[in-house]
Amino acid sequence: MSAILAALQERFPSEVLATSHLRGEPTAVIHRRGVRPIMAWLRGESSERYDFLADLAGVDGQKILEARAENPGALADLGAWPDRFQVVYHLKSLSTGSRLRIKASVPETDCSVATISDLWAGANWAEREVFDLFGVRFDGHPNLKRILCIHTFKGHALRKDYYIKDQQWLNEENESLMDELGEFGENPADGGFSELIPVNLGPAHPATHGVLRSLVKLDGEIIVKSVQEIGYLHRGFEKHSENSTWTQVIPYTDRLNYCSAMLNNVAYCRAVEKLMGIDVPPRTKFIRVIIAEISRIIDHLVCLAACLVDLGALSNFWYLFAMREKAYEALEGLCGARLTSSYVRVGGVADDLDAQFIGRVRAFLTELPTALNEVLGLISKNRIFLDRVKGIGIISREDALSHGFTGPCLRATGYAYDLRRAEPYDGYEAFDFEVATRPDGDSWSRLMVRFDEMKQSMRIIEQALDKLPSGPVLSDDKRVMMPKKEHVYGNIEALMNHFVIIYDGIKVPAGESYCATEGANGELGFYLVSDGSGRPYRVRCRPPCFYLYSAFGRMIEGCMVPDAVAVLGTLNVIAGELDR
Amino acid sequence: MTEPKALSTPLDQAASLRDNILITQVDKLIGWTRKNSVWPMTFGLACCAIEMMATGASSYDIDRFGSGPFRATPRQSDLMIVAGTVTNKMAPRVKRLYDQMPEPKYVLAMGACTVSGGPYIKYGYHVLKGVDRIVPVDVYVPGCPPRPEALLEGLFRIQEKVAKERILDRNRVGARPSLLVE
Repeated sequence: MSAILAALQERFPSEVLATSHLRGEPTAVIHRRGVRPIMAWLRGESSERYDFLADLAGVDGQKILEARAENPGALADLGAWPDRFQVVYHLKSLSTGSRLRIKASVPETDCSVATISDLWAGANWAEREVFDLFGVRFDGHPNLKRILCIHTFKGHALRKDYYIKDQQWLNEENESLMDELGEFGENPADGGFSELIPVNLGPAHPATHGVLRSLVKLDGEIIVKSVQEIGYLHRGFEKHSENSTWTQVIPYTDRLNYCSAMLNNVAYCRAVEKLMGIDVPPRTKFIRVIIAEISRIIDHLVCLAACLVDLGALSNFWYLFAMREKAYEALEGLCGARLTSSYVRVGGVADDLDAQFIGRVRAFLTELPTALNEVLGLISKNRIFLDRVKGIGIISREDALSHGFTGPCLRATGYAYDLRRAEPYDGYEAFDFEVATRPDGDSWSRLMVRFDEMKQSMRIIEQALDKLPSGPVLSDDKRVMMPKKEHVYGNIEALMNHFVIIYDGIKVPAGESYCATEGANGELGFYLVSDGSGRPYRVRCRPPCFYLYSAFGRMIEGCMVPDAVAVLGTLNVIAGELDR
Repeated sequence: MTEPKALSTPLDQAASLRDNILITQVDKLIGWTRKNSVWPMTFGLACCAIEMMATGASSYDIDRFGSGPFRATPRQSDLMIVAGTVTNKMAPRVKRLYDQMPEPKYVLAMGACTVSGGPYIKYGYHVLKGVDRIVPVDVYVPGCPPRPEALLEGLFRIQEKVAKERILDRNRVGARPSLLVE
């Protein structure tokens, strides 16, 4: 047992119900009355200082409890499960890099737990999401409303007993948000001389790519207050995952962050592999690094192109999108699809690289710097552009961490936190690259970090192509890989193995695991719970955009409306990932 | 400068007219101009919107077919490309945008989600199973997402439809939306 679990148990003997330490992930199940004292202690006083809330999610344990009622020893690897619901907090200590999972047990009757939204600002929206999808109330939460589903939604969709065929009627009663925005009319700040007016931006606003909505209170052209509403693209990724086999989830992950689909594939498959204890061959790791970095470049290209279009710089869009087409040509040759690739498999990748792909990627790498320099030449000394992004939409490092920022937006506040360095995976420790940072935390920094990161990604791809080892691209683990055709036709074990994998899908042993990958927007984590059947019990995606966008309202207060558009572009909020 | 040669015979006069006068129907002329200036609305919902952007960018260049000006407001648009999953929360807004467009207006359902619910049809508790439940759809473009070429092909189908319309028969055939009732 790790030291932190022992210390936790010693400090809170009656609140800590059980602890476990599987797959290198310390976990503690606690009584719900201990949530606030334990979180405050872990954050401020414990030896490790768990100062970063990576994720907050809910799990409905109805089926686990049912299985245990029949057979008390069932699903022992899932640990203690005293009550139906669990609210799962994933904490991270930024100083030591260690992670900790705290699970608060919440009974079905009096389904509530204390809020921690005053400790971490990022918990605010995450708790609303748990309330929306599981019906767990958070006592003391400042604004406990539905966040993803339509506000008149009946039931809680991610509960295991939610009957999916229940038709939810549409209606024109929309989410007005006026209650959150406060008073209008005469402006008290100047004795009623000016007037405060509400203006609605989105969800179909030309400058909010994707369906994002803000309601702002304006004093002249200055935004006094703004509130956000999300969920206009809530497609139910997590519910679909629970009803698919483990392999069938892969196409759904494509559609989370559709600008960098392959990165999502990699993140999900890594999480399943961690849960199953599979190690992929070295060549696969290199291939994953190559496609992940190409996806990162594509994501940054789309982000920059769209942001610059919003600021009126249209020619940059042509330069950047032309490069993106080149990258897509390579990826299309590799897997047959442009956008939604589904290329990565649990235990490997679908197919090996060929010489044509490598040639196309090398050509892409030689052309990309020219395009980037052209764009930088157009914007980096452009007075109009600089005035619109420099010193605008500033967020401090403390606020950013409190909101759960990761990725380029956190690095733009001068904090060099990159999971490829902090928790290396897929052999990233062997590559020579720098973690790009900028000190100011404004829109300009967020854009420039993306330019710098693309250059680093190019370095990584070049090194990976140079050092690409030979060998198989699929693991030889019989639990996930189909046997070769000649074996299927030749011996009965292989035939049965083939049949079982086709018929039942891969079987992941009971257990839970959180696995974080550096996505294009930040920490893309998958928290998986398996009950040993052929389907995931719970797939929780930790979307980086969700936490980024939760700070948007705060960032644009005091800005003008056109600045808000610029800030939104630099955050690169992808609705598919935000709403899942 | 020489004087133009006087047309002496009626035969010569007829020959000259053939070179200088076009005879067509007003319907055809108006249809030809309208079909080459179908202006879509900037309206991206999800993954398909990224491919719609690619269609507008240099490699595919939707401008060649007169549909380059993506309008920021429904009041200046002829075509609504519903690009991406329509959720229950978004559906009333999609319908409102459609209602704000001036007649004659066209709807192109881009991608599997807008055609039928796509990959989200079975367990999509928050997904509208096809945008034709709230607005009348002219052309369906399947795919997840459709390639830019497929979107262009959908646009050509819209153009065919526009070219065939007659000015005296402006009310297009198509069911009025009937959903959105509690």
